[in-house]
Amino acid sequence: MLRRVLIASSGVAVLLAAWQLAAAAAAPSLLPGPLPVVRAVGELAVKGLLLRYVVASLFRVTWGYSMALVTAVPIGIALGLSTWAERAFNPFIQLLRPISPLGWIPIAILWFGVGDLSAIFLIFLASFLPLAVASMHAVHNLDETNLRAGRNFGLGRLALVRRVILPAAMPQLLVAMRITLGIAWLVVVAAEMIAVNSGLGFLIVDARNAGNRYDLVIAGMLMIGLIGLLLDSGVRRLERIEMRRRGYGA
Amino acid sequence: MPAAAGVKVSIRGLSMRFPAEAGTVDVLQDLDLDVREGELVCILGPSGCGKSTLLNIVGGFVRPTAGTVTIDGVRVTEPDRRRIFVFQERGVFPWLTVEGNIAFGLHHLPDGERRQRVEHYVALVGLGGFERTYPHALSGGMKQRLEVARALAVNPDVLYLDEPFGALDSITRLQMRGELLRIWQAERKTILFVTHDIDESVQLADRIVIMSARPSTIQRIVEVDLEHPRDLSSRGYIEVRDRIFEEIGLAHKV
Ligand SMILES: Nc1ncnc2c1ncn2[C@@H]1O[C@H](COP(=O)(O)OP(=O)(O)OP(=O)(O)O)[C@@H](O)[C@H]1O
Ligand SMILES: [Mg+2]
Repeated sequence: MLRRVLIASSGVAVLLAAWQLAAAAAAPSLLPGPLPVVRAVGELAVKGLLLRYVVASLFRVTWGYSMALVTAVPIGIALGLSTWAERAFNPFIQLLRPISPLGWIPIAILWFGVGDLSAIFLIFLASFLPLAVASMHAVHNLDETNLRAGRNFGLGRLALVRRVILPAAMPQLLVAMRITLGIAWLVVVAAEMIAVNSGLGFLIVDARNAGNRYDLVIAGMLMIGLIGLLLDSGVRRLERIEMRRRGYGA
Repeated sequence: MPAAAGVKVSIRGLSMRFPAEAGTVDVLQDLDLDVREGELVCILGPSGCGKSTLLNIVGGFVRPTAGTVTIDGVRVTEPDRRRIFVFQERGVFPWLTVEGNIAFGLHHLPDGERRQRVEHYVALVGLGGFERTYPHALSGGMKQRLEVARALAVNPDVLYLDEPFGALDSITRLQMRGELLRIWQAERKTILFVTHDIDESVQLADRIVIMSARPSTIQRIVEVDLEHPRDLSSRGYIEVRDRIFEEIGLAHKV
């Protein structure tokens, strides 16, 4: 453990040093060094903007993502269980899938105007399809034996979903949830650059537009990376608990 | 077996045809079989002859192309909690502990009673001390016993076992047969047991149903009139075994 921390922190130290060297060598207007960026984070924190923007971004992700989660998983499972429903809807899903969520921005603004609702809508869209498709595949990959055993003990459709299908699919679902949360976080930043006036994505474009404050830009980028990392490791922890209990690795 | 015991499972004119690459394949052809209440019947036959198919139809998981299965006079159309299918150890739920697996079919019971039953069946199959263990940490034989315990816990009157001990080593397999017989004698279930192991069938069965190769019919039914526990080197045992070898058309020497 200690060893791992040491190795990781020396990696960070090397990168910081390289950054500092590069900043010193380049023109100051091209690349702010680590110190100005730390100062910029401090400035944002003091002004109260840091907390406000982080909360704004997380708020949008939370709503968009959880609405997608509670709709996409049941719908995906239903599609996976019903051959005809899948035949009917799968082409539509496959057609929508390659469209980047950002391609929806004009429509989002048309329908919901500039504001939270637009951003939430975009995150919902970005999360819905991958979650639905993953749930559908998870059902396809279920062990038929588990399903039969569940039915044998007299479970009806709903009980079967709750007591057999969901838990059996859980490892796969958790992986999809983690990847999708990453996508949602990417999308919120992009959406905020266009469709709203707050949040970390807005911070980045605003800092550039309002006086080329690239120290603030990089500060914003760092925060985005950091929070993305925290979100990822949160779901990864759930995943690990689930995997460990089933005896897959550590 | 007391001759007075009633018929439990009744199979009539059962046929099964599967779609195959070139047309169809006839797997079962016009099977008739009665299994008496409390009887242990082994179904013996070459690989691919349709034993699993037969058991799945009787269990209500698969619809036959023709014919009927009735249990206690009622036609089987779907699985039923009074008749539990034991899958070759793959049927245990990996997301539940030993306790959770055994309690799976007991949700309708009040907490106290459920706990009692779980405890009873944990002990019965010798899994004491492993109540909180997840299946991945159990051996193959333990998983198999767990699945049997989960089945018995809902107190079914019929058990279907499809080569339940096939994946176990020969020592564990012998032990498991002993345990199955012990449980069967204590609880008097009707048991349909699929195997392709001749010795296994002679050790366990009241009657052995020998199936022919595909399209399968029942080639012969052999009564095994031996008391339990059976002495594997007794004259009687060897005679029955020889008859089956002969019936299947196998030479005796390897
Ligand atoms: N769902 C299915 N679709 C098409 N063919 C099937 C299906 N299930 C079984 N079969 C075919 O039916 C035949 C009998 O299969 P079954 O699994 O019942 O044999 P078995 O006697 O249990 O064999 P084994 O001893 O190897 O387990 C096989 O030829 C198999 O290919
Ligand atoms: Mg089989």
